Amino acid sequence: MDQGVAITGMGIISAIGNNVAENYASLIHEKKGISRIQKIDTIHRDEIMVGEIPVSNDEFIAQLGLPQDNNYSRTGMLGVLAAQEALKDARIENIDAYRTGLVSATSVGGMDMTEKYYYDYFTNAECQKYIIAHHAGDSTQKIADHLGINNQLVTTISTACSSAANAIMLGARLIKSGKLDRVLVGGSDCLSKFTINGFKTLMILSDTYNTPFDEHRKGLNLGEAAAFLVLESDHVVKAENKNVLAYVKGYGNANDAYHQTASSENGEGATLAMQQALKVAGLNPKDIDYINAHGTATGNNDLSEGRAFINVFGDEVPDFSSTKAYTGHTLAAAGAIEAVYSVLALQNNIIFPNLNFKTPMKEFNLIPQTKAKQKELKHVLSNSLGFGGNCSTLIFSKNA
Amino acid sequence: MKPVYIHSVASISAQNTVDETAFLDDLVFYEDNVLPAIDPNYKDFIPPAAARRMAKGIKMGVVASKLALNQAGIDKPDAIITGTGLGCLRDSEKFVSAILDNNEQFLTPTPFIQSTHNTVGGQIALELQCKGYNFTYVHASVSFESALLDAELQLKNNEATNILVGGVDELGDHTTELFKLIELIKTEKVSSKALLESQTKGVVYSEGANFFLLTNEKDEKCYAELIDTAIFNTLKKDNLPTAVETFLNSNKLNPEHVDLLICGHNGDVEHDDYYEVLTSGIFSDTQQAFYKHLSGEFHTASGFGFWLANKILKTQTLPEAVKLNHVKNSEFGYVLLYNQYLGENHSFTLLRKC
Amino acid sequence: MEELKQELKAKIIDQLNLEDINVEDINDNDPLFGDGLGLDSIDALELIVMLDKDYGIKLTDPKEGRAIFESIDVMAKYISEHRSK
Repeated sequence: MDQGVAITGMGIISAIGNNVAENYASLIHEKKGISRIQKIDTIHRDEIMVGEIPVSNDEFIAQLGLPQDNNYSRTGMLGVLAAQEALKDARIENIDAYRTGLVSATSVGGMDMTEKYYYDYFTNAECQKYIIAHHAGDSTQKIADHLGINNQLVTTISTACSSAANAIMLGARLIKSGKLDRVLVGGSDCLSKFTINGFKTLMILSDTYNTPFDEHRKGLNLGEAAAFLVLESDHVVKAENKNVLAYVKGYGNANDAYHQTASSENGEGATLAMQQALKVAGLNPKDIDYINAHGTATGNNDLSEGRAFINVFGDEVPDFSSTKAYTGHTLAAAGAIEAVYSVLALQNNIIFPNLNFKTPMKEFNLIPQTKAKQKELKHVLSNSLGFGGNCSTLIFSKNA
Repeated sequence: MKPVYIHSVASISAQNTVDETAFLDDLVFYEDNVLPAIDPNYKDFIPPAAARRMAKGIKMGVVASKLALNQAGIDKPDAIITGTGLGCLRDSEKFVSAILDNNEQFLTPTPFIQSTHNTVGGQIALELQCKGYNFTYVHASVSFESALLDAELQLKNNEATNILVGGVDELGDHTTELFKLIELIKTEKVSSKALLESQTKGVVYSEGANFFLLTNEKDEKCYAELIDTAIFNTLKKDNLPTAVETFLNSNKLNPEHVDLLICGHNGDVEHDDYYEVLTSGIFSDTQQAFYKHLSGEFHTASGFGFWLANKILKTQTLPEAVKLNHVKNSEFGYVLLYNQYLGENHSFTLLRKC
Repeated sequence: MEELKQELKAKIIDQLNLEDINVEDINDNDPLFGDGLGLDSIDALELIVMLDKDYGIKLTDPKEGRAIFESIDVMAKYISEHRSK
């Protein structure tokens, strides 16, 4: 169990870019991807803002070279695109050379097609191909097929907004324990009427740009995205002389056990997750150089997470920012999106700004980093907190 | 590495499985293509304030988890790991219908909140105030085995001592109709006793919850030892014998060591031949059993198979109704489970007598 | 007003699926949340939808709901003053 877990490739598609380079450029140029929704016909159009990827399903189908009778959900297509980039970035040509697994994460799954054809299924045979693509594992299977991952450990995690962080955590444990030599980990979620209306009923959608950690924050913007990372064992890194982008150094998952959807006011779950991750990493709180916060900009999350920072770091809370103002909250994919951003931060020694922040919260004296900041970074901590009290923390480090 | 034991088992299914002391001695035979699970008296287990928002799947999961914990005498496990293929289907259907029927207006939050895949795991944690590791796997027919594999890793590496592991899926009316439409569910009603003779496409569909308390500390009450679990997204029939031998060899065993092979036959004429590769191949002289004629098929039905294997190992008896061939063994030492659905997401699970 | 109170009690029981509670069990002054009927923040969101759908009252901040849903008395008074249907 003492193996290092190296990150050797990354891929991403989000509202601020179709690949890693575009995402990085948007992050440093403060270019957010939040707009009015275009691709889903909803009566809430003028009341919400979203992080939508400005590419249609038909364009994705053409880009991926899928046959016309394919039954890919948008979740599946986003996932394939990000996973492909990750594999290419890791320079993996022969997928069968090592035991290569896939752990993906989604909460929406094939719901985008289900809600579209829910009643039409009974009268229109042509759309029935999507019935079997509804379940959450389907997009993962599509990614595996597309990448040629066969006869391998392939699974999917769904723990709401912490899903992809948990996929990365499982991947790291599979490498550490020697079950796999290499694993693609990440997550994918597309926008859907289901999630838009769901979060609307919870009254936590902002009608304008989301403002993480601001006193006057009005709620979150939903987003869609997918991101994957290639994790490899020390053995593979050595044998293949791989370029290592960063390491997954620590991870922790805990349950807030407070409320079905809300986080506890004292941030206990997030506190436990961060402490666990520090313990696994063998690090002290003062070793953390930057926190990529969950920071959804809901009243509840930012207060609970902020208190958790204070619980763990006391008076010395490291520089922190939420990148949700760029991408929106991409639900099950968020943990992977922010893992990519954390690695980019490490690689470039830069802290990405927390956009749209104006007024500090009255409950505590925590001010996020609002401008891009150059700083030597060794360890970056990333939080993902979800429904069902699910709290996850990952720590990414420059060195093993 | 520490050994992993199954300390307690609990099942809610289309059979009378709630009573821990019984072992399929009051069988229910159906003549149908959809089998609802037999409801225990949920009120005995769930306070009304909590139950009022729960659809059947959540109730089944919560009750099965309580039964497993009570039996094991554990108040609070170190971790809760669940698997579900389709999640909280009834709430999902309710919310989608409401969106479409009311044109996105006057929607209430409860079905959305309850539809989240990790609702069962989250509810159990909330009630037990269990702040530990809490994961939910949602990968079709390996959802339960993914949970099992995760628990196995943690217990073998001594990262936890007691882990609650379970699989749960519920029937949803709309989805059942859709599955009939594309013949995932058989179009005709089938007798439980003649499932394998049906020679038709599709399966008899069902629902259920199977929960287990896994530990790395041996106890005289233990049902069995979990030796290993493996999952494969794809496997060609030709490669199946090699895959199973590799799996056994990695645990320093050979096919001859297996005393009982439990297969996931579900009566789907297009995919049951995967099992026949093993039953008429390397395990042709091994005693064999099947169970989906009793439990029905669903993404976590293999949890019922796991329950069955544990019961067999503890009681050292094999109920007549699950026998697949006429080979007889005097003792059950090693039991191997093999499952797949639609030719995808295969799993091997190996158990040993305690 | 009395009629509205009875109507609200029946609606709350039905909407929130309070299986073991009857209209007679709820007193006009009983707190609906916390120690009283034991409703929680999810119920508050459910009741906000009810105000909108049945009485044409739109709330934008869930915190407003908590004050309005203090008891049947308070709720009935608020509805009769603000209803548009």
